[in-house]
Amino acid sequence: MRVLLAQQVACEKSDRQLFSDINIELHSSQLLYVTGENGAGKTSLLRILVGLSSPSSGAVEVNGYDIHKNIHDASQHLLYFGHKQGISQLLTATENLKFWCQQHGVNTNDAAIHLILAELGLTGLEDIAVKNLSAGQQRRVSLAKLWLKTDATLWVLDEPFTALDVQLIAELEAKMTLFLNTGGAIIMTSHQKLNIDYPLSSLHLEYSW
Amino acid sequence: MVALKSVFLKDVALAYRQRAELMQPLMFFVLVITLFPLAIGPSPETLQRIGGGIIWVATILSLLLGMERMFRDDFTDGSLEQYMLSPTPLYMIVVVKVLTHWLMHIVPLFLISPLLALFLNLTFDMYVALMFTLLLGTPLISFVGAIGVALTVGLHRGGVLLALLLIPIFIPLLIFATSAIESASMLLPYHSQLAIIAALLLFSVALSPMAIAYSLKVSQN
Repeated sequence: MRVLLAQQVACEKSDRQLFSDINIELHSSQLLYVTGENGAGKTSLLRILVGLSSPSSGAVEVNGYDIHKNIHDASQHLLYFGHKQGISQLLTATENLKFWCQQHGVNTNDAAIHLILAELGLTGLEDIAVKNLSAGQQRRVSLAKLWLKTDATLWVLDEPFTALDVQLIAELEAKMTLFLNTGGAIIMTSHQKLNIDYPLSSLHLEYSW
Repeated sequence: MVALKSVFLKDVALAYRQRAELMQPLMFFVLVITLFPLAIGPSPETLQRIGGGIIWVATILSLLLGMERMFRDDFTDGSLEQYMLSPTPLYMIVVVKVLTHWLMHIVPLFLISPLLALFLNLTFDMYVALMFTLLLGTPLISFVGAIGVALTVGLHRGGVLLALLLIPIFIPLLIFATSAIESASMLLPYHSQLAIIAALLLFSVALSPMAIAYSLKVSQN
């Protein structure tokens, strides 16, 4: 099943052509690894692919919908994990995830959320405001969305390993392998080496001025 | 429906945890109003003449102070991105957010206003007119102001720019609101002024959510 199709996508930022003529076709169970130097446009590309920014030209289709025209239908089975974590500093981990699940139509309850948080090593921290957690722990809270949204077909992960410790990186890689094996597709960027026993295709963005 | 309710509950929870920040515009409102009797003298007739206008100007300024909060946190922590990628249309989420913001900022203002009407020696009729104009006018400020907030959310320190953008827009509202209070002070009917404010409100409720949602999308670019 084709999950994502990007055709001749180009992006321009303050008169600088970041990239042009990017064509991506991603099917389920495929992993696309986007590489490139700082400033090459990795984040910009991912934001265009999930429909948060508009490309200067080109079109992106996710799960059969044009994401820039119909973002709400297209993103139904999409999970985007960006630099901004999408969790409120003043709310607790449980509240953040509960509200997120309700907004994204994920059926869950407090017990299930606690179970996932425990799996991510946050036992006992479920009811503390997120601002009092460390940077890595905050990212863990945000990563719990990957465990919660079980109907996703595409994960778009922008630097998912930032601030995580070795153990959680391994856990996340295992989760990603499982997701790929059960038919999910992943697009990700990272500066770290990926230790996944899974065939990956990569896309290199050249830094151009 | 569940999604919209959770947006409401989340904003209420956030507002409750930032009680101090929520109180600031309210304190500003009270302080500005108490300055006037001190500055222009406590003569009851003068205060009665300018009272309605003072309360309205202070309301607009204090609402502008708290307005920035409407989308700022959601923008910086990335919740806005997640709203955009959720199945609920953004303009509906925006309506809920604006109404929640209005509720959190205006209800305390309503509660404190009898005291201020007393400070400024407003008659009962003027007070009733003030309440009606505030009830119809403040949601208008929230909805129209939200467009400005959405446009400036990507700029850091957009606060003053926001005030410069929005204050001119509120001039018609201010004119009709104070004219209603003045009519009430002379025991004249003021339905027409209220009707015009209500029309402005309905117009803004119908159109501004689209504009706000679009501005937020532009700010994401």
